[in-house]
Amino acid sequence: MNQAARIPAVELSSRQLKANAHEALNDAQLRTNMRTAMDSLIAKRLAVMPEAEREPLRELGNHVRARALSKLPELLERLEARLTANGVQVHWAETVEEANAVVLDIARRRRARAVIKGKSMVSEEMEMNEALEAEGIESLESDMGEYIIQLDHEKPTHIIMPAIHKNARQVAKLFEQHLGEPYTEDVDELIQTGRRVLRKKFLDADIGVSGVNFAIAETGTLLLVENEGNGRMSTTVPPVHIAVTGIEKVVENLRDVVPLLSLLTRSALGQPITTYVNMISGPRKAEERDGPEEVHLVLLDNGRSQAFMDAELRQTLNCIRCGACMNHCPVYTRIGGRAYGTVYPGPIGAIISPHLVGLENAPDHPSASSLCGACGEVCPVKIPIPDILRRLREENVKPPAAASAHPLRGQGSKYSPGERSLWRMWVRLYTSPRLYRAFSFALTRLRRLTPARLGPWTLNHAPPRPASRSLHELAREHLDHDRRGADR
Amino acid sequence: MSEMFFDAAPNATRVAPARPLPRDYPATKPGDVYLFGTCVVDLFYPEAGLDAIRLLEREGVRVHFPDQQSCCGQPAYTSGYTDEARAVARAQLALFERDYPLVVPSGSCAGMFRHHYPALFADDPVLLARAQALAERTFELAEFLLEVCRVQWRDQGPPVAVALHTSCSARREMNTHLHVRALLDRLDNVERREHDHESECCGFGGTFCVRMPEISGAMVANKVESLERSGAARMVTADGGCLMNISGAMEKRAAGMPSEHLASFLWRRTNPAAVSQ
Repeated sequence: MNQAARIPAVELSSRQLKANAHEALNDAQLRTNMRTAMDSLIAKRLAVMPEAEREPLRELGNHVRARALSKLPELLERLEARLTANGVQVHWAETVEEANAVVLDIARRRRARAVIKGKSMVSEEMEMNEALEAEGIESLESDMGEYIIQLDHEKPTHIIMPAIHKNARQVAKLFEQHLGEPYTEDVDELIQTGRRVLRKKFLDADIGVSGVNFAIAETGTLLLVENEGNGRMSTTVPPVHIAVTGIEKVVENLRDVVPLLSLLTRSALGQPITTYVNMISGPRKAEERDGPEEVHLVLLDNGRSQAFMDAELRQTLNCIRCGACMNHCPVYTRIGGRAYGTVYPGPIGAIISPHLVGLENAPDHPSASSLCGACGEVCPVKIPIPDILRRLREENVKPPAAASAHPLRGQGSKYSPGERSLWRMWVRLYTSPRLYRAFSFALTRLRRLTPARLGPWTLNHAPPRPASRSLHELAREHLDHDRRGADR
Repeated sequence: MSEMFFDAAPNATRVAPARPLPRDYPATKPGDVYLFGTCVVDLFYPEAGLDAIRLLEREGVRVHFPDQQSCCGQPAYTSGYTDEARAVARAQLALFERDYPLVVPSGSCAGMFRHHYPALFADDPVLLARAQALAERTFELAEFLLEVCRVQWRDQGPPVAVALHTSCSARREMNTHLHVRALLDRLDNVERREHDHESECCGFGGTFCVRMPEISGAMVANKVESLERSGAARMVTADGGCLMNISGAMEKRAAGMPSEHLASFLWRRTNPAAVSQ
């Protein structure tokens, strides 16, 4: 298993979303697993979030997050001051390389051999496992889902449930193969197996790593939710705890956490509250008998400040990482998380990844949506995800050198003079009534000449058949002249 | 640390718009309305456009159809070609100057007028005022028939089970699913059959269906299966884009059921002459 952990996980290129999607769409098992899981998550959320209660709460959540973002620099400094006063060491990292350097420095100083990790998407951004393993340090995931995919050398396919694409049978096979356990599909037994293996690892680890759900500036508290107890173990048993998080996770007051927590757990899993809510406010004090000797917080930017610079895109940073947008997304449900090839998949992945890796490395992400709006409708902090997707499409088709106050990294990655001129022709056609009249006359009169194959349309559809006369013509016949004017 | 934020204005933080209040409908039926036919209806479902005119006229409303109208601009807008969308939208804005309600037989185009035109013209005070005025008086057809005309119908057709598909923007921007359900429920012989994943997108998404044809194809295939499982004999929808997507996929797969635009279905059910045809 240690060996397994050291093999770098396979990552699909985010540049190939369409090709990845092709593979995913033809994977019947994946399709079934995803549909079943997402349907169940949708139902669970709905059961605990009746509309009358949900909508005012979402509004409150949005306001709390907006207030935090409106004074982000100040709150981050207050957080640093409070944490420092509490004995937590705060580290700033603009890039993932800087963040990994901080972690590796601590690991070297502590002569660490083994790291145990609670679930953290920021550590996935950092590829922390790989960074540690390159230094010969074992890095083991302790969240059951993360543990499963680490065994199978995969990346998380969902931000809350990293192994959601697998069913019990696939997990059973994995455990049989890697842990030499007798084959069982009994979920409780599988979990007991994982537990047994991990328990010893907690005791042996030199460093525990975790993410952070909310960093509270007022009190200098790191709040962490989880259901398995592995988060508590990772943050209390090893002598060193390193928390890693994005700079947007800060909130102003302890009071702010109440609505956000309620929104988070219910939107994510339909849970009124998670089994564990950890509030970490510092290392072990002199009179205390347990807890880590050192607590560190690594605050990572990794492109978030680019989103922060733009009023519309800044709303991306409202995100509290519940995953509801993914659960409700018809595209994500069909292609799964792996096809996105980015750490964050689904609708939130499509709007955050361009800041993290540059539009040039996620060029298809903004287009991988029908803009159906399901994501925006369920987002607990009211991120206008469809609007932001549309905006990113606009950034994507701009000429790469077009002037902009805060140009996005990779602006114009889908710039195509050919497509731009097609749209310009479309403008001419639809702004010139005479031209449109000629066009629609030709199209309706030559309707039988519609080609049998019409680009991507006829992959899924019968060839389109224009009507024999346009509505303009029918209206001309039906309505008297004075009802057809422009009324100017 | 906060060097990276030096040039970011704190007041650049946006708060989500307040939840819209239920829409206030005019107490009396207006004498005149504009009809915006939409580009898809114009060339592919013109009869539905004409049926919309007939439905409105039967309620005693004079329908105006400015001949120079074309497209609301949505295809370019959702593709990120905002300037191009604005050019086409601007041409439409000039055509509906009187304070007649604008009735649109498509929820997504109605939503474009009502919600996105003001965003599109945000930087031009003159056009913005006009866009906002137009947005205020834009109605989706079913909404207008139900809430403004307050139609009283007698179903003239034989018993039939229908499935209703509502476009996503119609649902989320215009509440069209509620309006159409209410209209269908007024037809005694029409049984509305729910289908599984009814609120899920059919995969059309404007240019999405040709940019991501495989993903879109998987979505529409599932939609066709759900509609088939419903046991309905027909499918109706108030959106030309979804209709083209779903019916085109049904025809390709030789599956599914007859499908039509809501306006045509409503006209046929409530017009004795059309029923007997």
